[in-house]
Amino acid sequence: MPISAAWDESEATTIIGRHERREGALLPILHDLQAAFGCVPPAAVRLVADALNLSRAEVHGVVTFYHDFREQPAGRHVLKLCRAEACQSMGGEPLARQALDRLGLEWGGTTPDGRLTIEAVYCLGLCACAPSALLDGEPIGRLTPKALDEIAAGAGQ
Amino acid sequence: MTTRLFVPRDAAARAVGADKVAAALATEARRRGLDLQIVRTGSRGLFWLEPMIEVETPAGRIAFGPVTPGDAAGLLAGGLPIDPAHRLCLGRPEEIPFLARQTRITFARCGIVDPLSLADYRAHGGYRGLARALSLGPSATLDEVSRSGLRGRGGAGFPTGIKWKTVADTAADRKYIVCNADEGDSGAYADRMILEGDPFALIEGMTIAGFAVGATKGYVYIRSEYPDAVRTMNEALAIARAEGCLGADAAGSGIAFDIEVRVGAGAYVCGEETSLLESLEGKRGQVRAKPPLPAHKGLFGLPTVINNLLSLATVPAILADGAARYAALGTGRSRGTMPIQLAGNVRRGGLFEAAFGLTLGEIVDDIGGGTASGRPVRAVQVGGPLGAYFPRALFDTPFDYEAFAALDGLIGHGGVVVFDDSVDMALQARFALEFCAIESCGKCTPCRIGSIRGTETMDKIIAGERVEANLALITDLCQTLKFGSLCALGGFTPYPVMSAIRHFPEDFTRPRLSAAAD
Repeated sequence: MPISAAWDESEATTIIGRHERREGALLPILHDLQAAFGCVPPAAVRLVADALNLSRAEVHGVVTFYHDFREQPAGRHVLKLCRAEACQSMGGEPLARQALDRLGLEWGGTTPDGRLTIEAVYCLGLCACAPSALLDGEPIGRLTPKALDEIAAGAGQ
Repeated sequence: MTTRLFVPRDAAARAVGADKVAAALATEARRRGLDLQIVRTGSRGLFWLEPMIEVETPAGRIAFGPVTPGDAAGLLAGGLPIDPAHRLCLGRPEEIPFLARQTRITFARCGIVDPLSLADYRAHGGYRGLARALSLGPSATLDEVSRSGLRGRGGAGFPTGIKWKTVADTAADRKYIVCNADEGDSGAYADRMILEGDPFALIEGMTIAGFAVGATKGYVYIRSEYPDAVRTMNEALAIARAEGCLGADAAGSGIAFDIEVRVGAGAYVCGEETSLLESLEGKRGQVRAKPPLPAHKGLFGLPTVINNLLSLATVPAILADGAARYAALGTGRSRGTMPIQLAGNVRRGGLFEAAFGLTLGEIVDDIGGGTASGRPVRAVQVGGPLGAYFPRALFDTPFDYEAFAALDGLIGHGGVVVFDDSVDMALQARFALEFCAIESCGKCTPCRIGSIRGTETMDKIIAGERVEANLALITDLCQTLKFGSLCALGGFTPYPVMSAIRHFPEDFTRPRLSAAAD
C-alpha cells in the first residue's frame, strides 16, 4: 500500500484526463485516484463530476456504493481477512476475532499508529487453502493463529 | 542441457509459498552450477499438494510436492533431473489419481503452459478453435456452439448458443462481448485459475464470440479481490496485441477485435449480469429489470453477449474438436464438463473437471477424501453463498443443473464447500442473510430490508426466543425474497437459509451458549 499522498488538484486532473475519453470511465478513474491518494478525496468528487458531465451526487453515489472506495486513507498496510464460507469451515472466524482482539480493533479499524488496517473480505478465491488473507495485495493461505499473529505484528515493522 | 522446472505462479500456490520455493530452487541451482530454467505456470489445481513443482525429464514431467523452501537443497542434491526416489516425489502428474480421473477440456492447458507464452499456447492447441470458426463462418460457428449444449457456467445455465444467436440477429452499429470474471462465490476459483494460468484461452474464446456475433470490442470484468489475475490478464492482452492476436485484424481473422480489462470494486452483486453492465458503464452496480435482455440492450444499450469466463474459455476447445465431442459428455440437459472446485474443510481441495453426472458423495468422499480435519462431513454448500446446504442424506444427488434445482439448490459456478460436524447450521443460515444484507444493491425492498430483518430474526432464534414463531417468520420472509427480488442475490438467499432449516432442524432448536450467537 503506498503511503497516501497529500491532495494535489493538478495530479488529480491529470489522472482524470487519462481516462476521460474511455467508455464508462468512472470506475477506472476512482481506482487510480485511490491508488494515488489512498482514498477518493471529497475534493476529487467535483473534479470527476465536471470531467464526466455528471452531478456530484451521481459520483458520490458510485463512490459510496462500492466497498473498495474509501473516503479516508487506510493504514500503511491493509490486511484483508476472508470471512466467507470456505474460510469459515476452516475456523477463519475465531482466527480473525483473535487477531482483532489482540490489536484492539474492530473490522475496518486501523491501529492508533496508523500502521495496519484490518478489513473483511468475502472470498479471495483461495478457498482450497483456507483460511486465507491478502496483505497489501499479496495472497496468504493456510493461516494459523501463529502465522496471523506474526503477520499482524510484523507488517511495517 | 538446460532442464526446465515448472513452479506455479497461481495466487493460491503463491499464498502457500510458491515464490519462496522458486527463489530457493534458483539459488540452490546457482550454488551447484546446475543448468536450470524455472518456468512459472498456472496451477494444476491440486491445492493440497501446493506448492507442487514439476521437473522435465526424458520420460515427461515428474511432480514433487508439497515443497517448502527448505526442501530445495535436498531436491537438487543429486543434480538434474531431480531423483524420483525423493520423498516428495508424486510421480507423473497425469497419473496422480485426482488428475487421472478428470476430463480436462476447459482446463486442458492450465498448470502445464507458461500463461504468458503465445508459443506455448499454440503448441498446446491454442488458436485451433478460432481457425475452425473462421473456416466455418459466423453462422455455422453459432450452430456449433448451440450443438455443443454449452450452458452458462456462471450458474444460470442459459444455453450459450441461443444467447449468441440473439445478439447475432440484433442489428446494431456496435456490439460487445463481456466476460463475467466477477467470481465472488466462496468456494469458487476456476475463473481465477484460467486468468492466471491460461489467459489466452479466454482471449481466443472472446475473439470467436466477437467473430460469430459481429462484435468488435470485449471487456473482461475482474473482481478487485484478484490482483494477480488482473495483472496476468493485462500482460496477456498486451502480448496478444503486440503479436496481432487482437487489433484491426485479430489473429488473421480479417475482423477487428480488442479486449480491455475492467476491475470491479468489491461489490458481490456485480457478478449479476445486469449489475455488472451498470458497473462497466461507471454506475452503481444496481440490478436492471429484464426485459430488455442484455442480448438486445446490454452495455451502453447495445446488443451484448455477457458470458461467464468458463463458458467463453471453453468455446475454443468446442470449436477445435467439434461440438459432438463435447456434447457426448454429461447427463440429461447438462452437456460437457464442469470444473468442480473442492474447497473449505476438505482433505484434497482442488479443481476437478469432469463430465456432469458425478454424485455429490463421489465428489466429496471419493475425490475430496472427506474433511481436512478428519472429522465426519456434516454439510456441503454447493454453488456459493446462494447455494443450498446438503446433508449426507442427499449425497446421491447427481451433479447437474436440473438435479440440484429440483432439490431447491443450484450448482452455481461449481464451488463445493465442505463442513465437518463442528459446524453450527443456524450460524450458517444467519450468515447467508447477513451476507445478503451486506451485498444487497438496494434495488428490491425484500432484499434490502428483508435481509436485515431476517438476520435479526435469526439472532432471536439462536438466542432461543419464540423459536417456532420466528422460524415461521423466516420461512415467510424467504418466500417474499424468492418471489420479490429481481436477481439471484435476493431470490436465492432463501436456498442456504431454508436448506439449513430443513436438513439440520436440530441446530435451530438446541439451547446454546450465548457466546455462540456472536
